[in-house]
Amino acid sequence: MQYILNGHSLVLDPALCNGCGRCEEVCPHAVFSIVNRKALIARRGNCMECGACRMNCPPGAIQVSSGVGCAAAIIAGMRNKNAGCADACNCG
Amino acid sequence: MSSCGCGSLTQVQPAAPATLSTRITWRDVLGGWRVRWGIGRMSYRIAPGLYRIGQPDSKSPVLVTANYKLTVDAVRRELTGLNVWLLVLDTNGVNVWCAAGKGTFGSAELVRRVEATGLARVVEHRRLVLPQLGAVGVAAHEVKRATGFSVSYGPVRARDIPAYLAAGMRATPEMRRVSFGWKERMVLAPMELVPAWKPALGILAALVALDLVRHRELTPHLAADIVRFFGAILTGGVLVPLLLPWLPSRAFSVKGAVAGALWAAAAAWWLPTGAVEAAGAALLIMAITSYMALNFTGTTTFTTNAGARLEVRRSLAPILVAAGVGAILRVAAAFV
Repeated sequence: MQYILNGHSLVLDPALCNGCGRCEEVCPHAVFSIVNRKALIARRGNCMECGACRMNCPPGAIQVSSGVGCAAAIIAGMRNKNAGCADACNCG
Repeated sequence: MSSCGCGSLTQVQPAAPATLSTRITWRDVLGGWRVRWGIGRMSYRIAPGLYRIGQPDSKSPVLVTANYKLTVDAVRRELTGLNVWLLVLDTNGVNVWCAAGKGTFGSAELVRRVEATGLARVVEHRRLVLPQLGAVGVAAHEVKRATGFSVSYGPVRARDIPAYLAAGMRATPEMRRVSFGWKERMVLAPMELVPAWKPALGILAALVALDLVRHRELTPHLAADIVRFFGAILTGGVLVPLLLPWLPSRAFSVKGAVAGALWAAAAAWWLPTGAVEAAGAALLIMAITSYMALNFTGTTTFTTNAGARLEVRRSLAPILVAAGVGAILRVAAAFV
């Protein structure tokens, strides 16, 4: 299934990529493929922008604006500026 | 540390790792059922630290997980017959993916826990196996730099751990994909229904008041309203998650409104009323189901933050207008 704006903010700089393959390993939606020792965004529309790839990219070749895709958290944040994910799910 | 092993006085000697059983008792099943209904969910946790599964030795793999007891149960149940170490991080009793999103299942806590448990003295190898969804909070290269342990991301699901270990810590593409089948959607449905209880009591009181003010007694109109209302809650909390892939549009609020329209049509056929009352009830039903569907975004495995922001901005006003107009029509129908 796909949502709205999937993979919109995902940017990969091939010049910085060292082909280690971590992004392909950590992506839960198989967005990346490794072709000729370089990462490639093969299925952008599957990307939920969780940020695991950016977090685990040693040379910092990946940028993505990550966050939780949760309307309840966003509405909680609209009602109270300091509220967020934890308040919506009541999980500290 | 000195060679005599006496160390410094301030360093607390880690306790010998306790053994965790791989058997799930009825108590665990009941506990899991309770937290799905939101009872004591935030205190359902085990002490962080290093645990034995079976009889691990210095060559056995080290698996890392969160200290939500439901998570630990899901992991240990799958490890029957294996000899491994289980390193449980302190995530405040939150599951791996959510905790990784918050950073509590993160590099800092992992480094701290590796040091606090003296893991480097327990095993000779230098490899940690993390659940793949923990990668949102952990930077493998930073953990390696800080502890000397390299991080391998294992499968998404605990049930694939034995196959992953048997294959020499190699995950198939299938093990790396997150799924969201109907069983996975349904197990979370109670968490959609529980938050509906408080507002439901308020709406119920309003329906009773409307009937009493209009008719001075409780009438079949109230019964019809209650059926329509609880049907709406079940449609938003159960039917929408169940039918999620087949409801039209990518926007959850639209999916919810469509499901609500179906229920409103069914209710109008089953409980025939005047046109104004049916229209008011339909708008109220669709507002409820649309809002509940919107809130289901946070439970899924594929929504984005930017998308959810856009959807909230676009859908909140129509939902509120539908609720307002629906309430006016429903009240007007009682008095016209």
